[in-house]
Amino acid sequence: MKHMTEEELITYREGISAQRAEIARHLAACQECRAELERIEAVLAALDTMPVPNPGDDYGRHVWQQITPRLPERTARWWQAWFDPKRLGTLASVAALLVMAFLAGRITKRDHTGNDVASTDQIRERILVVAVGDHLGRSERMLIELSNAAPLDPAQKQVNISAEQSRAEDLLDENRMYRQTALQEGDTGLASVLDELERVLLDVAHSPEEVTPAQLEKIRQKIEAQGILFKVRVVGRELQERQKATTPAPAQKNSTESERNKA
Amino acid sequence: MIGMQPSVENAQTIAESDAVAVKRTLAGERDAFRVLVERHSHNVFRLAYRMTGNRPDAEEVVQEAFLRAYQKLGKFEARANFGTWVYRIAANYAIDRMRQRKKEEARKVEPAVHEEGMENDPVTLVQDAKPTPERLAHNIELRKQMEIALAALSHSERTAFVMRHWEGCAIEEIAEVLKSSSGAAKNTVFRAVQKLRLALQPFVGKGTPARAMGTES
Ligand SMILES: [Zn+2]
Repeated sequence: MKHMTEEELITYREGISAQRAEIARHLAACQECRAELERIEAVLAALDTMPVPNPGDDYGRHVWQQITPRLPERTARWWQAWFDPKRLGTLASVAALLVMAFLAGRITKRDHTGNDVASTDQIRERILVVAVGDHLGRSERMLIELSNAAPLDPAQKQVNISAEQSRAEDLLDENRMYRQTALQEGDTGLASVLDELERVLLDVAHSPEEVTPAQLEKIRQKIEAQGILFKVRVVGRELQERQKATTPAPAQKNSTESERNKA
Repeated sequence: MIGMQPSVENAQTIAESDAVAVKRTLAGERDAFRVLVERHSHNVFRLAYRMTGNRPDAEEVVQEAFLRAYQKLGKFEARANFGTWVYRIAANYAIDRMRQRKKEEARKVEPAVHEEGMENDPVTLVQDAKPTPERLAHNIELRKQMEIALAALSHSERTAFVMRHWEGCAIEEIAEVLKSSSGAAKNTVFRAVQKLRLALQPFVGKGTPARAMGTES
C-alpha cells in the first residue's frame, strides 16, 4: 500500500485537499499514516495554545474613538442631513417639497428604469436629490450665462439681461422654499448657501432690464466674490453622485461562500 | 481565546445587518460605520495579532484596516460580506507592517526576534492545568520556540497559515491577499505547516504530550 505524503496529510488536516475522500479511506485502513497525522496534529495543537491577548470588551468602541478624527467626511455636512431616510420619512415640509417637485414635472423627465422594488425612502430620497440638484444646476447655468453676457455690438452701451432676470425670478421662488425647509430642519449650512444664492438671484431679478457694462461687471464681481458658482457646482456634483448612488444596481449575490475549516 | 467563529445562520444574519450598515454609511450616516467597527474589531484584532505577533502593531493594523475600509466603502457595495472584506484589507496591511518591521529590526544591532510576544504573562498558557514547575518551564520553552518558528516563516507563509489554520478563511480569500493562484496559496499553507513542524516537532514529541497541555480546545 502506498502511504500518504506529508503534503497530502497536511492539506487534508487543513481542509484544502482535493482528494479528501481518498485520504480518509486510506487513513481508516492505515495505522502508520494515522500516527503520522497525529504527530502533525500535535504540533498544530501546541500552536493553538498560543494566546491572543483580549483587547477588552470595549475594544470596538476604543477603535471607533481612535479612528473618528481621521475619518474623511463622506458628504458635505450641511446637506447630508437632507438624505437621511429617517428624517425624510417624517417631515411634512419635505413631503410638501416633494409634491412641488412632482408638480414641476422635473422628476419624471429623469431616468426611471423599472425601479418598482425600490423602497419608499429610496424613492423619496431620489426625488429630493433630483429636485435640489436640478435647482442648483439651473441656477448655475443662469449665473454662468449672466457672467458671460456681453454687448452684441462693442459699441453698445447697454446689455439686455431680461432673459436671465426672468429665470432668476423663477429660481428665487424655488430657492426660498428650499431655504425655508433647510432652516426649519436646522440645516443652517445648506440654508446659508441657499441664502447667499438668494441674494445673488435677488440682485439679478431687481436689476434693470438693460444694464451698463459697468453694472454688469458689478454683478459679475459679486458672484465671484461670494464664490457662489463654486459652491453651487460642488453641491450640484455631490447631488449627482447621490443620485447615482441611490439608483439601485442589479442585485448581486456573493457566490463564493467560504468553506470553513473548523466547525 | 477571544471571539468565537460565528455559526452559519448567525453569520448570515450578521452579513445582512452589515449590508444595511454599509448602505447607511454610504448614504452619509457616518455613525452607521461605528456598528461595523464595533462588530468586527475583535476578529480583526485577533487576525492582526497572529500575523504581527505583537499588540502595538496589531492595534495599528486594526485602525488602519477600518480607515481603509471606510475610504474604499464605495467599492464594497457589490460584495456581500463585510467581515471577509475587512479581513482581507487587514491582512494586506499586516503584511506591509511585517515587512516594515523587518526592515526596522535589520537596522537594529541586536534583533529582538521574539521578545515582543513575551509581553503576556506566560502563565496564561497553563490556565486550566496545574502549573507544576516542570510543566511551566516546558511551556515557556515551547512558547519561545513557537514564536521563533512563526517569526521564521516568510510573510506569505505566516499570512497563509494564520488565515487558513486559525481564521478558517477560504483558500480564494488567501489567494487574493497573497496575489497568487488558489493552487499556490494551498502550497503556501502546506509549506508553512511543514516548516513549523520541522521546527517544533522536537519540542512536542517528548515529555508531556502536546494535546494534554492546558489547551482549552
Ligand atoms: Zn499509510
